[in-house]
Formats: sequence, C-alpha cells, structure tokens
Amino acid sequence: MIEFRMPSLGADMEAGTLREWKVKPGDTVERGDIIADVETMKGIIEIEVFDAGVVEQLLVKEDEKVPVGTVMALIRPAGETAAPKPAERHVYETFKSIVNVKEEIPPVPAPVHEGLRASPLARRIAAENHLDLSTVQGSGEGGAITREDVEKAIAERDIRLKPRPAEPATAPAASTENIRMAVAAAMSKSNREIPHYYLETSIDMSKALAWLAGANRQRPVAKRLLPVVLLIKATAKALREFPDLNAVWENGLQRKAEINIGFVISLRTGGLIVPAIRNADKKSPDDLMETLTDLIPRARALKLRSSDLSESTITLTNLGDDGADAVFGVIYPPQVAIVGFGGIREQPVAENGLIGVRPVLRATLAGDHRATDGLTGSRFLAALQQLLQQPETL
Amino acid sequence: MTDADIKTTIFQLLKRIAPDTEPTLLKPNDNIRDTLGIDSFDALQFIIALNEKLGIEIPEQDYGKTATLEQLTAYIKTKER
Repeated sequence: MIEFRMPSLGADMEAGTLREWKVKPGDTVERGDIIADVETMKGIIEIEVFDAGVVEQLLVKEDEKVPVGTVMALIRPAGETAAPKPAERHVYETFKSIVNVKEEIPPVPAPVHEGLRASPLARRIAAENHLDLSTVQGSGEGGAITREDVEKAIAERDIRLKPRPAEPATAPAASTENIRMAVAAAMSKSNREIPHYYLETSIDMSKALAWLAGANRQRPVAKRLLPVVLLIKATAKALREFPDLNAVWENGLQRKAEINIGFVISLRTGGLIVPAIRNADKKSPDDLMETLTDLIPRARALKLRSSDLSESTITLTNLGDDGADAVFGVIYPPQVAIVGFGGIREQPVAENGLIGVRPVLRATLAGDHRATDGLTGSRFLAALQQLLQQPETL
Repeated sequence: MTDADIKTTIFQLLKRIAPDTEPTLLKPNDNIRDTLGIDSFDALQFIIALNEKLGIEIPEQDYGKTATLEQLTAYIKTKER
C-alpha cells in the first residue's frame, strides 16, 4: 500500500491544511493527478500524486491541519488486491494513531506468546482487549507481566488512539504577511545553517542579445522570447558539468538527477515565490518561454501545484532590466547553490587592447561551502559565460 | 479610436495583466512599468494583449517609444493610420 503524505513544499513549510479532496475511495489515480487542495502560507496548492493506483482510504478530513509527512491517504498500487496484507496491518495501525483516524480497533485476535511470562488473568484481559502482550513491559517477578501492566498498556494505547479534536482550520489564506513569514523562515534557516561563499563574473551579452533580437524579428509577437530564457537555459546546461551544485545537503551531499531550476518570481504585493522549471536543461528557449508563461501568472495568483514548489534543485534569481547591477543570493535550503543575474548594463569593456561599449551582465553564484568549494563555483560561472557566447547552441 | 478610447483599452489590458495594480491612476507622463511595478514578463504580455486587441505590432526597437501613457497613446494612433 502506498502512503500518500503531506508533502513538504519548501524548507519553510511545517504543516498544511487540507481544504478539499479531489478524489474519493475507489477512484483510480494516475501519476501527476491532482488529488487534493492544501492551504499553506503560500496559498492554496494543488497536490499531485506520484503513484498510479486506486484510492483505498482518505485519512485526513477536510479543513484539518496536519504536519508535513503525515499520511493523508492510502493508495493501492495498480494490480494489488484490496485486502490489506498482514505485514501492512502494523504500518497502518502505526500511522492511524498519528492521524487520529476515528475507527474502531479492528477485531483481530491478540497473538498468543507462549514464551512470555504473564499471569492467566493478565493473558485473559490482554486477549479481551486485543492487546499484543509482546508490547508490554512486565513489572512482576522475573519480568512477568501482571494484570496492572496489561491495564496500564491498554489505557496508554486507548489514549494514543483516541480521536483528538481536529485542529481548527485557522490557517488564513495566503497574504502578503504569510508569504513574508515563509520567506523569513527559509532565509533565516539558510543564514543559520549554510556557510555561503560568493563569486561574481561579468558576461558580455552582445552575442546573446543580438541572437535574441534576430530570433524575435522572425516571430509573431506572442512567440517573442525574453533574455531570461537564455539565462535559464545556459545555467541549466552548465550545471550538467557541475552536478555538485545541482544537489541538496541532507546528511551530506545528495546530487539530483534532474536539473529543476527554482525560478524566483517576485510578487507585486511583496514577497516572492519560487516554482520549479523542471528539466530546464532539456527544454529549448521556446519551451522555457512557454513554461514561464504558464508559471508566472499562476505563481502571482498563488495557484501553484505541489510539484511546482517541491522539486527545485537549485535557484535562479534574475533582477531584470530595472534591477540592481548584481544580486548575491541566499541559498534556499536544502539546496546548495543560487545563481543571480543583475540588470544588463552598457559598460566599457576592454578587448584585444581596445575599449568598446557592450551590454554587460553581472552573474553571481552563492554556494554552500559544505557542498562545494570556490573553485567549482568559479568553473561553473566560466562555463555559463562561455555558453552565453554561443546563444545559437542553447 | 479617440484618445479616450485608446486609454480605456490600455487601462483594461494593464488591469488584466496586472490585476493588483490601478492603471487608471497613471498620469500622462508616468513611466508605465516603473509606476505599476511591471516587469519584463508582464510588459511582454501587455504588448501581446495590445496586438491581440488592436492588431498593432510593436517591434522590440520601439519599446522605448511607448514608455509613458502619453507616448503609448500617440504611438497607437500613429499605427492606426
């Protein structure tokens, strides 16, 4: 049985409120189907399922707030029979106590343990109350289990299984303040835990902008590209050579197979949100533009899906034309790097002993020094610079 | 289209692209992007919307001629002829 859990949609998320189930028991689901709406500090997020199967049971009620990692539903993989296997029963019992399922204790006979020392009365009470004697610590002579031990164990179990009132759904709708708090939590964690190093390089954007202007002249207005798609593609492509930057730090460095760029989108009302552009290294500039056209309006309307928020492997922040000259980012944990692009400015550039005026972009990298050293970061920025000199290959 | 019609259309499209802004408060010489906090992505969406609504295609090299409400209104009138 697959346990569908409350996903973590970022280092800043501790809990979510289930607002609506989009499925019911017996429904067939495919990978990627949206099965619930969950409210977080970042708004109402559509939660996708990552396994195909049949919904066996919904364990969390609508408007209930549960911590990240709580089992929300059981999904039976396609081809598996409906009856729970004995081995799964124990797992089921365990999470049932966590999520406060209102359900009678199943009438399964308590196992008989011949080797255990217990009084006949203790055995009888345990059997009547479906208590597994092997879980009871005996306090009698030589560790024998007494009537009192059994009664105490039953009382403790009943308290554990007793349905607690659902936490009131006080989570307010996403607001500027909530988003500010989510950003604050993630950035404070980053600053506390991640030893950052910072690097910067200046990139001549003449060739990239000339290629873009030529490409846009041949396109209808609706298909025009923005410079940022070249920056996203070049970053993603450069990361293929530097997998230690496309990783997370969780009990050591864990490289990620997919290059999913977390793209920083600022909200006009304040705060920011960072959805993922999945497999950015495999997307063409046109594909990336389409992805942005889908993501940005949804992000600004706070209508994102769980996979949009949970799958980034590195972050990219782009200040755009009107921004500052350079940005030195704060890494979004547990990621290990953030790439920053300032505004493109005309600047004097010396080349072959001559000074010319060129559009220059200042690119930065903030790296987690636990994961990589400055040399890796420096080589990455050099690779990024090289790629932007060959825009036609992006 | 009269100047008033053009401005109404501009306000409607800006509101659609950036619902959390108040385009009607723009003064004739305000820089539209700076005043409303519109980034390059939204600016492109606005140009696409103008193209769809009025059939006017603004080439990239003319972006600088459409920065304020007054400039954009004049530009659209020129293109209409």
